Amino acid sequence: MTVLLEVTNLRTEFNARAGLVRAVDGVSLRVSRGECLGVVGESGSGKSVTFSSVMGLVRSPGRVTQGTIFFDGRNLRDLSSEEMRAIRGRDIAMTMQDALTALNPALTVGEQLAEVLEAHDETLPSSGSARRAAIRDRSVEMLGLVGIPSPDTRLRQYPHEFSGGMRQRIMIAIALACRPKLLIADEPTTALDVTIQAQVLELITDIRERLGMAVVLITHDLGVVAEHCDRVMVMYAGQVVEEGPTDQVIGQPRHPYTRGLLASIPRPALRGQPLTPISGQVPDLVGLPPQCRFHSRCPLARPECLVEVPMRDAGPGRRARCLRLEDVE
Amino acid sequence: MSLGKLLERIIQLVPVLLGVSLIVFVMLALTPGDPVQIMVGEQAITAEQEAELRRDLGLDRPLVERFFLFVANAVQFDFGQSYYHGRPVADVIAERLPATIELSLVALIVALATAIPLGVLAAIRKNSIFDRMATVGSLLGVSLPGFWFGILLIMLFAVHLQILPVSGRIGYASEVLTVTGFLLIDTLLAGDIAAFGEALRYLLLPAITLGLPMTAILMRVTRTSMLEVMRQDYITFAEAKGLPRRRVLYRHALKNALIPTVSVAAIETGSLLGGNMIVETVFGWPGLGRLVVESIFLRNYPLVQAAVLLYAVTYVLLNFIADILYTVLNPRVKL
Repeated sequence: MTVLLEVTNLRTEFNARAGLVRAVDGVSLRVSRGECLGVVGESGSGKSVTFSSVMGLVRSPGRVTQGTIFFDGRNLRDLSSEEMRAIRGRDIAMTMQDALTALNPALTVGEQLAEVLEAHDETLPSSGSARRAAIRDRSVEMLGLVGIPSPDTRLRQYPHEFSGGMRQRIMIAIALACRPKLLIADEPTTALDVTIQAQVLELITDIRERLGMAVVLITHDLGVVAEHCDRVMVMYAGQVVEEGPTDQVIGQPRHPYTRGLLASIPRPALRGQPLTPISGQVPDLVGLPPQCRFHSRCPLARPECLVEVPMRDAGPGRRARCLRLEDVE
Repeated sequence: MSLGKLLERIIQLVPVLLGVSLIVFVMLALTPGDPVQIMVGEQAITAEQEAELRRDLGLDRPLVERFFLFVANAVQFDFGQSYYHGRPVADVIAERLPATIELSLVALIVALATAIPLGVLAAIRKNSIFDRMATVGSLLGVSLPGFWFGILLIMLFAVHLQILPVSGRIGYASEVLTVTGFLLIDTLLAGDIAAFGEALRYLLLPAITLGLPMTAILMRVTRTSMLEVMRQDYITFAEAKGLPRRRVLYRHALKNALIPTVSVAAIETGSLLGGNMIVETVFGWPGLGRLVVESIFLRNYPLVQAAVLLYAVTYVLLNFIADILYTVLNPRVKL
């Protein structure tokens, strides 16, 4: 599989009142064509900011200060804002956590679908009525693809006239309208009922296989990752702490943080036993010293951990940011 | 908008108008000064003549009776005779109304046309020099009294620069057939472009003076709501879709940001009515505002009462329009 997205040593900083916050600090990652990468981490671990940086959507006072973002052979950081705009929505698309707030309440669903086609699709006819008809056909097709019944009439409706699950499907339809090569799905299920969650994830997986696109699934639900992702990347306090094939990382975590995350999930097999949460809290990202960021919460921490820890090989196709990964059972 | 809702609004109007009439009636009665004395002035008349005059005007009856008589006539759209003009009040008001409506509409257009672009620009360039200047400017706009600002404008543009007229509605040289009473329309109907331009020149200073506080308020509202909207997820999502910046700003952000602006504008238009009295007096504008001010000085009771009723109806109507506009712009709300 060829590489579609390769991020190297990315750093994104925010100028906050308390000081400089490195929300993303030296993140490197790789997504192959057609692959599904799961990105896991607590709130504030930098997973969303990493991919906002990829899309060039980091807002002031935030700034990407270092690193390269190669997508389809081009470094996105070298592109002008107009070139970047042309890639967004066409080659890289994004869905957001809550479709209710991501869809514009004052515009019809049809308009919000049509405008993304209008902005990117060069195959559309140029004449007015033929163009409108083509956009309409494509919109109906997209709503059909994500399973919205009677798309013809639904196009004229506003987001508030749909149920939560339907809105999520509409947002996915908008994101996929131009058949992107990469879909970044930021917490696609967090705002949904459990029954709808499964449907939406099935939909994404199904469309991914049909369109052959790559998906980055940002989530804090390891169960979702286990079921839908080829590879997983675990983030903690702005850094990647472990990555590798999903079954291996979940079956045999090599970083104490990943192990802690897995231990805090309820499992039927361990019924009756208390859960083991990770003690302590995520460190304040302002003025962090160059040392292992997990060490204050780590059961395996030792004095020699107070150094900058690089990503280390942890088996075939696996890496982890821990000096003692050999000791994690 | 259902017919039922419309009916409900009209019924709501009844107690409002009754209350307003009563308050105005009592306040006029409490105001020192006697219309008969003012009419007679320095002329020497006998006590009988004065009593007769008082009886003709119906001022010899008790206050309560006068009030009910007024209400009874008003529901039949009879507002009595203007003491001063010797003609029905309704006719006198109808004659002056177009000038006031014309001035108010132009002031409204001037205010919207400057406030919305400035507010959007201030929001997009938040904390820039432009934004700070706009903030100071709008503070001035709200706090400068209209009579003073109007006189400053007259001094600058009419007296010193001599590029705009001092006062009035149109020059004596231009004679236009009155069709609608709106000079801008009548001059165009007559095909007299020169007179149209002249009418516009006369309108400019009073319209700016009248619209200034509104411009300032609307600019602040637009800026604030634009900033609020720009932080919403749907703006990020619109950007993630790779839409042109213009479309994100004007179709996605402004459409939502205008919802509060339009509501405030509709309600603020009511406040133009009050401003009219001052501005029309300063600029010698022959409209309703100046007529009401003159009538108050002359204790021309019937005219003041009718005019205040008209103001109240307009206010309620504007609020109603604000509600309708709100639902048009905001598909989530149904009246």
